Formats: sequence, structure tokens, C-alpha cells
Amino acid sequence: MTETTKTTIGTDSSAGPITRFLRATEIDTRLLGMFGALLLIWVGFHVYGEVFKGGGSFLTPRNLWNLSVQTASIGIMATGMVLVIITRNIDLSVGAILGVTGMIMGLFQVEWMPQYVGLGSPLIWIFAVLLGITMGALIGAFHGWLIAYRGIPSFIVTLGGLLIWRGAAFLSANGRTISPVDATFQLLGGGPYGSVGAVGSWIVGILACVAILFMLWSGRQSRKRHDFPLRPMWAEIFMAALACGLVIGSVLLVNAYPWPKGILKQQNLPEDAFVSHGFAIPVLIMLAVAILMTILMTKTRFGRYVFAIGGNPEAAALAGINVKWMTLKIFSLMGALAGLSAVVASARLNSATNALGLLDELYVIAAAVIGGTSLAGGVGTIYGAILGAFVMQSLQTGMVLIGFDSALQQIVVGTVLVLAVYLDNIYRAKTK
Amino acid sequence: MHKHTGTPLVELRDISISFGGIKAVDHVSVDLYPGEVVGLLGHNGAGKSTLIKCLSGAYQKDAGEIMINGQKVEITNPRDARHHNIETIYQTLALADNLNAASNLFLGRELVTAGGFVDEARMEAETRKIMGRLNPNFRKFNVPVSALSGGQRQSVAIARAVYFNAKILIMDEPTAALGPHETQMVAELIGELKKQGLGIFLIEHDIHAVMDLCDRAVVMKNGQRVGCVNVGDVTDDDILGMIIMGKKPPQAY
Ligand SMILES: Nc1ncnc2c1ncn2[C@@H]1O[C@H](COP(=O)(O)OP(=O)(O)OP(=O)(O)O)[C@@H](O)[C@H]1O
Ligand SMILES: [Mg+2]
Repeated sequence: MTETTKTTIGTDSSAGPITRFLRATEIDTRLLGMFGALLLIWVGFHVYGEVFKGGGSFLTPRNLWNLSVQTASIGIMATGMVLVIITRNIDLSVGAILGVTGMIMGLFQVEWMPQYVGLGSPLIWIFAVLLGITMGALIGAFHGWLIAYRGIPSFIVTLGGLLIWRGAAFLSANGRTISPVDATFQLLGGGPYGSVGAVGSWIVGILACVAILFMLWSGRQSRKRHDFPLRPMWAEIFMAALACGLVIGSVLLVNAYPWPKGILKQQNLPEDAFVSHGFAIPVLIMLAVAILMTILMTKTRFGRYVFAIGGNPEAAALAGINVKWMTLKIFSLMGALAGLSAVVASARLNSATNALGLLDELYVIAAAVIGGTSLAGGVGTIYGAILGAFVMQSLQTGMVLIGFDSALQQIVVGTVLVLAVYLDNIYRAKTK
Repeated sequence: MHKHTGTPLVELRDISISFGGIKAVDHVSVDLYPGEVVGLLGHNGAGKSTLIKCLSGAYQKDAGEIMINGQKVEITNPRDARHHNIETIYQTLALADNLNAASNLFLGRELVTAGGFVDEARMEAETRKIMGRLNPNFRKFNVPVSALSGGQRQSVAIARAVYFNAKILIMDEPTAALGPHETQMVAELIGELKKQGLGIFLIEHDIHAVMDLCDRAVVMKNGQRVGCVNVGDVTDDDILGMIIMGKKPPQAY
């Protein structure tokens, strides 16, 4: 122990400059690779547009803003799927849970509640959201109970759930589309009004930077207190600058996307006014979920037990962890997140349709897996799943922009999924 | 030589458990006194691990009674066992391979900060302390235990069992993967814990280690108890005879 007390990380001179840099900053090379892949996809689509379509439209504030909004629903669910897959289970029912909770929330706010509290009452959207999340949590808990306490494999329970809840969604409204949703509820789906504007975005950005600096500082303090090796100061500053730079860059980006003319006219603003969208509310919801889930997974006992169960379920049980109860809670959490995604998705469409969440389970699982969650269990990160969701959505959006038809889109997405997991395998083998 | 008069720390009475018709443990009784090391011996598949798993809460006995300090207790899961200050080093080590040494050591009993969050730094510091005592060469604190050698993994499992101030310690072949020096350190550790008044069940195939470390030895064969001897009263050949042929020497009871 004394041997490491006075050293700083990454000062060992035998390694090359890049290795030393990565060690000193403790940057996760996997994360770096995923960012690189995402940038490659973005630039690739943009350049393709420049060359073949007479103008790139991918790397524009408008497109990237839309991309972020479209990612929210899958991204929120992917964070939960990470826990499910880490514990060696799978949830095929998330799209169907999204569908049925979306439909029930739609009926609730359009056909049931208004007659009691009056159209536009704030009670409507608040209770609709609570209803959706609670219902998702209960459905998930029921799945979890069947899996943990009745010993039915998760693949079967949630495959059944996929069919059952999709059917239930259809029956609950007899196949109708429920529209329009409550006006306040609609803001949760984004759009010009469902965004926080330039000032709001700066506030979010500055708070984020303060939080980043605080985390780096408190991490350093705690290492000092326990005599653990410290990162060199330049590495700390580099990390702070990088993280805050990314935050500020994204604030500038979302603020560079102005309201369209139609909305300006609605608001009686001059036609040449520049009103920024800022961060869309669903994106902020996704970020909040991602932060909370990251804290849950890395800072709490619950998260520790999730990893332990994935690593060795028998050892977890012998260490006194109630594996069955944990499984039930994990599926319940997954269901609640599907309910929250239903809020975002139905609000964005301003309606609850029968197609809501269709095939989402595949995109959610793909996002988690592309993000480095191992189907063998025990390994996975929340940020990886969010990045994975961005990768999936970027492919979709990009292919639409350059005019690939849907058959070709499917082929590309499928190929990328398999390739991503293959590359990840190689990476893991190399870094072992 | 050992004339025990007080109440035993642990009494396993008439324990039976079977798996699909196979009687893995068949009406076995064993007791253990404070400051005593009782060896559990027997051929592979004799039922040693299964017996102690009934005490550690990993298995539920089909029949029999468990007494701790003379009180009848129900141990239905590993948490109950920990509650009675029973710690176990399993033959399989029972480590979560994807977690590091500190996370494994504190698994299920994580240290938390005032805010209720897992206190990673304090757990690592504590782990460094105890590993410094048990295995001073151990350095791999920040890698998953899957990256450790068999012996290093075993020392993590041992550290976990001794860290929490057990009164009853179950060691299922604790030195199977250890080198001679590390084995010697475990032997010293056992002596030290014994002095502190712990009761230790030691499952061990090496007859010399048994002769060195144990006060009494209980031999099992095909799930049944062959007999129990005071190690000081018999030769290693007597014990080997019990293990291999099930032959009880006159001193046995
Ligand atoms: N979970 C189980 N399911 C079915 N049979 C089991 C189970 N656990 C143990 N057994 C059986 O019970 C018997 C006793 O096994 P046990 O592991 O207790 O042996 P042991 O004395 O510890 O042997 P070893 O010296 O090889 O560790 C064996 O026949 C084994 O196959
Ligand atoms: Mg055994």
C-alpha cells in the first residue's frame, strides 16, 4: 500500500504518450470509441448529403435538435434495459408496455378526466403522467414476479407480455387513435413550446458545469483523504474543460435552432425575430433519467447488487442479497421507464395510436447492447446505452435524410447491430 | 483431551438433506465449542459441503435442529446465518467475478456515507488494511476479481469471512488454491482466531494440516457420520482408516 501512496496516476514513463494520456485522465477508451463512432456516422451522413444530394443536412442545429428529441423515448427505456440485461434477463415487452400505457393515458386525458375536472385542468396532465408510470411499474412488477417467484424465463414472460399488452392497447380503445392530448401534457414531447428556450438552456448548462466541477473536486478530495493515487493536475483540468466544453457546445447548438415562422406568427412576433428552441423537455427528461440511473447504478447498494447478480447470481444470494426481490424490482423499474417513455412518445405525436412503441423493444435492446451491455451479464453502463440510443437514432434519421427506403434501413440497422457487438468483443478481448 | 463442559457454540443435531432421492447428508450430528477447530473430513461427495451449507443458510435442511449457544435457531437464508455471526468461506469462493476485491468483501454489507451512498473509498481503504494483514503481496485492488489468480481470489474470500468479526467461521477447503507461504499464513490466522475464541469448522483433505490445525475431527462417508476423534489421541493412519474404510478406532465416539 505504501508503495502507491505518493505516486500520481500515469507517470510511468515506459508507456507511449497516448497511453500515458489515457491513463492519466482515466478516460474510458470504450466511451471514446463510441463517441468516435457516433461522430463518424454524423459526418458520414453529412458528407454523403454534400456529395450526392447537393447539400448536407445532417450537421445542422435543426437536424441535431430533432435527433435528440427522437432519441429520448428509446434512450429512457434503454437505461432500464441495461439493468435487465446485466442481470442476465431480457425484456421484450417494453414496446407493448409503452403502447398500452400510452393508450390508457390518452383515454384518461381525452375521454375520462375532462368531464370531471374540465378540459385543460392541470390535474389532467399530472395524473396522466402518474398513471402511466404507475401502470408501467405494476405491469413490470407482475412480469418480474412471474420470472423471479414462478421461475418462468424472462424471454417467455416478456414475449407473452409483448403480445398481451399490444392486444390490450388495441382493445382498450377498440383500435381508435386518441387525439389530441392535453395541451400541457403535449409540452413533455418537445416542439417549440415544449423547449426551455435560450435562457433556460444556459441555466441548465451552467448548472451542469458546476456539477461537473464539484464532482471532479470531491473525487479528488476523497482520493486525498484515503491516500489513493491522484490524477495529475493537468489531467483534472483537461477533464473539466472537456466535459464543460461538451455541455456548453450543446447549449450553443440547441440555441442555434430558431422557432419557425409559423410559430413566430402565432406568438405575434416579427417575422425576422430569432427565438431559440433551447433544450427540448423530453431531452431534459432523458438526461435526468440518465443521471439518476447512473447514480443508482454506481453509488447505491441497489446498483451494486444488480452487478453482483449479473456477475454471479449464486454468490449474490450467498452474500445475503434477495435475488428474487431484486429481479422483481428491476422489471418494475423497467416498466415504469416504459411508462415514462409513453408519456414522451405520445406527447410528441400529440396522440395515442396503436403503433405507439411498435418494435421499440428491438431498438431499446440494440441501444443497450451497442452501448456495451453484455448479454452474458454483469457488464453495462447507462451512458453507453444513451450513446447507443443516439447511434441507433442517428442511423435512422440519417438514412431518411439521404433517402434510403425502409427496407434498406432495416438491412443497415441489422448489420450495424451485429458489427457493433463483434467489434466490442474484439475490444474486450484486447483490453483483458 | 478436550473435556468440554459448557454449552457448545454450535450444535448440529441429526441433520438430513437429500437431493432428488439421494441422501447427501443422513442424520449427522456435530458440535463446536468456542476456541475450537473441528475438522470435517471425508471422501469427495461425502456430504461435507452440504452439511455446512445448512448452517450457512445456503441450503435448507430437511430434518434436524441447529442450536447456537444452546438456543434452537432457524436459519433459512444466508442473512440469518450472518445475523448469528456465522461467516463462511465457500469451496467455490462465491465471488462476483465482475466486481473488484473491495466490492466483493463488502457485498451485501456495503459501507455507506451519511447520504446513503456506497462509500467506495472507505471500502477500498478497509480492504487494503485487511489484505495487508492476510496477503501483503496483494496489489490488485482496482480490477475485477476475474483478473486475479486462484490464490488471490481465495484470499479475498478469506478476508471477507474474517473482516466482519465472526464468532463461528466455516472454512470449506480454504487453502486449496494457495501456495505454501500463503497456506502457512492461513494456518497462523486460524491459530490467532482460535485464541480470540472463535469456533471454526474446517473442511480439509490434507491430513497433515488436519493434524496440525484441528482439535477434533469428524469423518463423514456417503452422507453419514463415521465418528469423531480428538486429534491428539489418534495417528493420521487412524483418521485415514476412518475416511477410506469407514473403520472406527476405539478412541472414536
Ligand atoms: N445442489 C445439489 N443438487 C444435487 N445434488 C447435490 C447438490 N449439492 C450436493 N449434491 C450431492 O450431494 C453429495 C454431497 O456433496 P458435497 O458437495 O457435500 O460433497 P463434499 O463432501 O463437499 O465433497 P468434496 O470433497 O468433493 O467437496 C454429492 O453426491 C453431490 O452430488
Ligand atoms: Mg465440498
